Amino acid sequence: MTGQVQPAAAEAAGGDRRIGPVVMEMKNITLRFGGVTAIRDISFDIREGEIRAIIGPNGAGKSSMLNVISGFYRPQEGEVWFRGQRRPRLKPYQVARQGIARTFQNIALFEGMSVLDNIMTGRLTLMRSTILDQALWWGRAEREEVAHREKVEKIIDFLEIQHVRKTPVGRLPYGLKKRVELARALAAEPRILLLDEPMAGMNVEEKEDMCRFVLDVNDEFGTTIVLIEHDMGVVMDLSDRVVVMDYGRKIADGPPAEVRRDQAVIDAYLGVPHDG
Amino acid sequence: MAEIMPDEAPQSIPALLARNARRFGARPAYREKEYGIWQCWSWIAAAEEVRALALGFLALGMARGDHVAIIGRNRPALYWAMVAAQSVGAVPVPLYQDSVAEEMAFVLDHCGARFVVAGDQEQVDKVLEVSARLSALEQIVYVDRRGMRKYDHTRMNALADVQAEGRAARQRFEAELAARTAALTYDDACVILYTSGTTGRPKGVVLSNRNIIETSRASCSFDGLTEAEEILAYLPMAWVGDFIFSVGQAYWAGFCVNCPESAATMMTDLREIGPTYFFAPPRIFEQMLTSVMIRMEDAGALKRRLFERYMAVARRYGPAILDGRPVAASDRAAYGLGDMLVYGPLKNTLGLSRIRVAYTAGEAIGPEIFDFYRALGINLKQLYGQTEASVFITQQPDGEVRSDTVGVPSPGVEVRVAETGEVFYRSPGVFVEYYKAAEATAATKTADGWVATGDAGFFEEGTGHLRIIDRAKDVGKTADGSLFAPKYVENKLKFYPSILEAVAFGAGRPFCTAFVNIDLTAVGNWAERNGIAYASYQELAGHPRVLEMIQGHVEEVNRALARDRMLAGCQIRRFLVLHKELDADDGELTRTRKVRRRIIEEKYADLIAALYGGADSVYTETEVTYEDGRKGHIRATLAIREVAPVAVPAERMAAE
Repeated sequence: MTGQVQPAAAEAAGGDRRIGPVVMEMKNITLRFGGVTAIRDISFDIREGEIRAIIGPNGAGKSSMLNVISGFYRPQEGEVWFRGQRRPRLKPYQVARQGIARTFQNIALFEGMSVLDNIMTGRLTLMRSTILDQALWWGRAEREEVAHREKVEKIIDFLEIQHVRKTPVGRLPYGLKKRVELARALAAEPRILLLDEPMAGMNVEEKEDMCRFVLDVNDEFGTTIVLIEHDMGVVMDLSDRVVVMDYGRKIADGPPAEVRRDQAVIDAYLGVPHDG
Repeated sequence: MAEIMPDEAPQSIPALLARNARRFGARPAYREKEYGIWQCWSWIAAAEEVRALALGFLALGMARGDHVAIIGRNRPALYWAMVAAQSVGAVPVPLYQDSVAEEMAFVLDHCGARFVVAGDQEQVDKVLEVSARLSALEQIVYVDRRGMRKYDHTRMNALADVQAEGRAARQRFEAELAARTAALTYDDACVILYTSGTTGRPKGVVLSNRNIIETSRASCSFDGLTEAEEILAYLPMAWVGDFIFSVGQAYWAGFCVNCPESAATMMTDLREIGPTYFFAPPRIFEQMLTSVMIRMEDAGALKRRLFERYMAVARRYGPAILDGRPVAASDRAAYGLGDMLVYGPLKNTLGLSRIRVAYTAGEAIGPEIFDFYRALGINLKQLYGQTEASVFITQQPDGEVRSDTVGVPSPGVEVRVAETGEVFYRSPGVFVEYYKAAEATAATKTADGWVATGDAGFFEEGTGHLRIIDRAKDVGKTADGSLFAPKYVENKLKFYPSILEAVAFGAGRPFCTAFVNIDLTAVGNWAERNGIAYASYQELAGHPRVLEMIQGHVEEVNRALARDRMLAGCQIRRFLVLHKELDADDGELTRTRKVRRRIIEEKYADLIAALYGGADSVYTETEVTYEDGRKGHIRATLAIREVAPVAVPAERMAAE
């Protein structure tokens, strides 16, 4: 067994997950859309293996921040450092090859395709066979498909969606679609997983399930997770460190317990008059 | 362990496993769908897995007579754990996986389990939650590693690791394992199964190797089960039926046990496996039928017409063809065509194409549902059984199948009906004892082996089939001395979709009466189609046309009851439709939706008085509890309807 011995508590998830060195660093990021400044001079870091939450009220710039991390938006000012190097401008597939995968706030799956096929698309960047191989369906293409299918089946098993394996995604309820999206992101075997409001619009039970899956992913695969969330309760239970944003600014950064007591955070959530 | 027992008379489940490994070798013993593929283990492979696990158990210090709790969904590894425990002389105690920690604590404590084999993290958590109270508990073994990495493993192991350790320790423990397996006798405990127990605490029923093996042998030959059968193991492992089907009969006959991927995929897995031998409670058959009907409603006109036309043919000739009774060649041809166009594809969709024998039991099955499957050519039969009997008391032989009997005594079983109407039985399957409950054992089982079922029934004249009518304690007599079986009448009423619940009265009264609850969904639908407007449940329940419809149902039930000399006295003379739904929140039903007779009798005493009075309506006020716990009153004036009793056919009377 792994040498880690801990008191046998059901909620063993706390404390000593192996959190490593800084894997990604945002340095003085500013992002503008025309005259609107979405993000103003924000800096924070992400450590290997942690669950890092970004929270804040509506329009605080959370999703923009996630898009900066994923490389989809390029900030006007500031730098993104990844594994000790300044990250150049990237194409989406290059981001994926760096081991970053994400889910979207408004589900972005292929509605007409089955759950299985949707998750298979997540492995696209890992496929090596050529179009010719695949058209002939011989040798490498076949072997590759079997190997990929096995990985995908393990993810299906992990997220407990065996019962909808062959169902077209369009016929699934919302909560399951969210899970399929997580599955597709996992299929890329990411080192960093970006989750944009994974619990939004879910009922309590679905939220609890999703929380468990997020913790399990982090625990089983050691995946670093950056998540945006509205629901304060969820964030506080789930994350190791929290960045709080309001009107494009960072107003707090630290462990949940600390952030929760922060006056600026309380004000932002209770809606104190702003002069931003 | 192979060479110890002669081939012909294995004395234990491990001995049967050894025999099967020799006799059936490479034939499949277990399949489980995992990662989207059916993984398969032959008898040789299964014997090897069990052996490795048994050696591992020895390494963990499992002693003879230890109790090993097994908790989880049906998986090969858990079945192996049971047999491995038996191999080292321990006794498996399977638990219901959906029981809450509290119930689990009772059973674990009562049986004093030293070892727990759990399916996954969820079950381990439940055990840990109550482990402080379990002084005997020493080791937990789990199957699924997921989420378990960070638990304290000082007294916990993954099942695969226990097996690996067992394999490594082969030389050290081989002799000990062989000796322990060889020492198992026919009268040693094979398994302890806790009955869910509708009254009081669950009781641990100890079944011996003799109970299980004799029962399995008799029931396999009754239905001609061979090593070629395929079954789907999806019912709780703690239930005696699963133990008999998936362990007893599977090991006796040597057939393959298939475990579904998860509870949610059961229907898909059923279809992929296409079992030849199948058991399901009436609820499952009902669900399957409903799903078929809903899909037919959505189908195109041509398909619908084909379905309706050929289902009518099937209803007319199907059961007769299945029973091997003579059917005209032209009708046979029509049925054959229907089989090609409708029944075959339908059975294939349901996963029932290959069924040779299917059983249902547990509660009454609606005759329409039962006949539907029979009409399709599926050999669905009923059996009557109990944990204490190792399942089988009576069952229906091929060709003598009806929805209202439970069949003839199973081979080797003696059944008698006492003066009171209670059914007693004696058989090689009769349990050894209730674990640590000598008094309860003595109260249920006489010294010469007769066991009281607690059910009332009678043998039908002519056919010799047993019919179960009710729980013995609920059966009474009306004032004129005829038999009164409330549940039998209520079930007959409840088979109508528009009747959700019924409560019959009649013990010690001049005649029988009933309360009826309408089913809001079914009756509401009916009202919509017939242009009947209503604003509330109460209004719909009191609508004259609804009352007429219900009256029609009651009359039909009376006609059916009149055909039965024993039960003709249960005909309903007066009834009323209740203005509110019986509700567990009001204490009128149990949480599992069983009628609480005494409470209803007290609460609605005024209505019962009116049923036995002469009036044609009654005014009443009833206290109700809302979901938020507030209380309120509903007032209503209920119509009381009279139903003319049907005369009992004369020739039957004369036969007496």
